[in-house]
Amino acid sequence: MSKNVAFPFPGLVKGMWVTLKALFKKAPVTMYPDVQEIPVPRARGVISLDVDACTVCMLCARECPDWCIYIEGHKEEQPPSKPGGKPRVRATLDRFDIDYGLCMYCGICVEVCPFDALFWSPEYEYSETDVINLLHNKERLTEWLATVPEPPALER
Amino acid sequence: MEFVDNFWFQLVLKLAGILGVVLTGALVVIYAELKIGSHMQTRIGPYYAGGRWGWAQPLADGLKFLQKEDLSPTGSDRTVYGFAPYVVMMATIAVFVVVPFGPDMVGANLDLGAFYLLAISSLSVLGVLMAGWSSANKYSLIGGLRAAAQLIAYELPLVLAVVAVVIQAGTMSLNGIVDAQQQTWFTIGSFNISAPFIIQGQILGFAIFMIAAVAELSRIPFDMPIAESELTMGYLTEYSGIRFTMFFLGEYASMISLSAIAATLYLGGYAVPGVHGNIVNLLGPGVLLTKVAILVFVIIWIRWTWPRLREDQLQTLAWTWLIPLALLNIAIVSIFKVVF
Repeated sequence: MSKNVAFPFPGLVKGMWVTLKALFKKAPVTMYPDVQEIPVPRARGVISLDVDACTVCMLCARECPDWCIYIEGHKEEQPPSKPGGKPRVRATLDRFDIDYGLCMYCGICVEVCPFDALFWSPEYEYSETDVINLLHNKERLTEWLATVPEPPALER
Repeated sequence: MEFVDNFWFQLVLKLAGILGVVLTGALVVIYAELKIGSHMQTRIGPYYAGGRWGWAQPLADGLKFLQKEDLSPTGSDRTVYGFAPYVVMMATIAVFVVVPFGPDMVGANLDLGAFYLLAISSLSVLGVLMAGWSSANKYSLIGGLRAAAQLIAYELPLVLAVVAVVIQAGTMSLNGIVDAQQQTWFTIGSFNISAPFIIQGQILGFAIFMIAAVAELSRIPFDMPIAESELTMGYLTEYSGIRFTMFFLGEYASMISLSAIAATLYLGGYAVPGVHGNIVNLLGPGVLLTKVAILVFVIIWIRWTWPRLREDQLQTLAWTWLIPLALLNIAIVSIFKVVF
C-alpha cells in the first residue's frame, strides 16, 4: 500500500516558504467601495443595446443559455420607397429586457447579433437592493451605449 | 491578609484567571487565523468590523452564533447531543489546571502532572464520539468514528513522546519538568549553560509531539473527521448556535492548551535560560504565552499550506512512522540518561 508513497519532504517545505512569502507581501486588493476599481477597457461589465440597429430577429434571445433576454416587437407598414411601389414592412422593437439577475456574462448574444445592436460596456456599478430592478429595459440598456469604448481599428 | 490564603478564594481566582486566559486566547487565535490565513492567500480578511483591521470579527461571529437557533435533529439523543460540546470544552480547559505560568502561578502542581494532562486531554475523544453518535446523521457518525480512530492512533505517539521527556526530567510534575530544563546542562569555564529539552536532544520527540498534537486537534493536514468535501462537517454537521460555538471555541482553546503543553515540555515553559529568582514569577506568563504564540502560528501556517491526508495515509503515518520513532526516541533518551 505504502510502496508508491514518495516522501514529500522538499515539497512540503517549499509550500511553507511560498505561504510565508505571501504573508508578508501586500495583498493586491482594491478596497472597492472606498477606492474605485478601474476595469480593463474591454471588460464585460454590462450589455448595451442600440435600438435603431435591432431588427427583432430574436437570435440573441434564442442563443441565450440563461434565457434572460425578453424581446417583443410588431410589424409596421412603411410607405413605399418609390411612388407606385409596394409598401414595405419593418419590425419595430416594443420590449427588450435583459435580466441581469440571470445573466452569466457569457457574451453569446453580443457575438451572435448579426446587426451589431449589442455591445459590451465596462461599467459595473448597477447593483440593486431589490432583485426586480436588475431587469433592465430597453431605455436603460440604451443608456449604457454611451459608455461603450470605440471598436478597435479594422485589420487590413 | 488571611483571606488570600483561603482555599475558596484562591480557587475562584484561579478559575477566573484560567477561563479569562483560555477564552480571550481562543478569540485572539481565531482572529489570528482569519488574518494570517487570508494574507497567506493574498487576501485582506476581516477589515471593517470594530473600526480597524477588523479586530472585532471573532466577537461579531460569536454574537451571531449565539443568536442562531439551537437545533437538534429528529431522532437524535437529546441529552447526549446537548452535553457533547461541553465535554470537549471541559476536557480542553481542565488541561490548564497543571500548566505552570510561573513557579507559583499554577492551578495545581500535581506530582502526576504529565499523566493527568494526557488522561484529561484524551477525554475530548469522548465528547467527539458522543456528538457523532447522538446526531442521528450518517455524516456525523462517520466523522465521529474517524475522529475516534484518529485520536486513538495519535494519542499513542503523543504519550510516548511525553514519556521520553519524563524520563529525561526524572519527574512527572510540570513544574519539575520546567525546573529540570533550568538545571545546569554543562559548564564552560564558570558559566553554567542550561537549555530547554528541544536543544538537549529532544528535537525528534518535539517533532513527533507536534505532529500528533495537530492530529489531536483534527486540523489540516489531519482534518478527515470534519473533511467538508466528503462529510459536510463530520461530527459538527448538526450543531448550531451556542453548541457549535462551544466546539469552535474548544478547537481554538485546545490549540492553545496543546501549544502550552509543548512549550512547557520542550521549550522550557515559563523559564528563560539564565534568568532566576523572583523575576521569573513576573515574566513567566509573558514568556510562556510568547512560546505558545509561536507554536500556534506554526499550526496556523501549516493549515493554510498543506493539503489534507487520506484516511489510510493518516493511519500509516501514525502506526508505521510515528510510534516506532517515538519508541526509538524513548530508547535513545533512556540510554543517554543511564550512561551520562
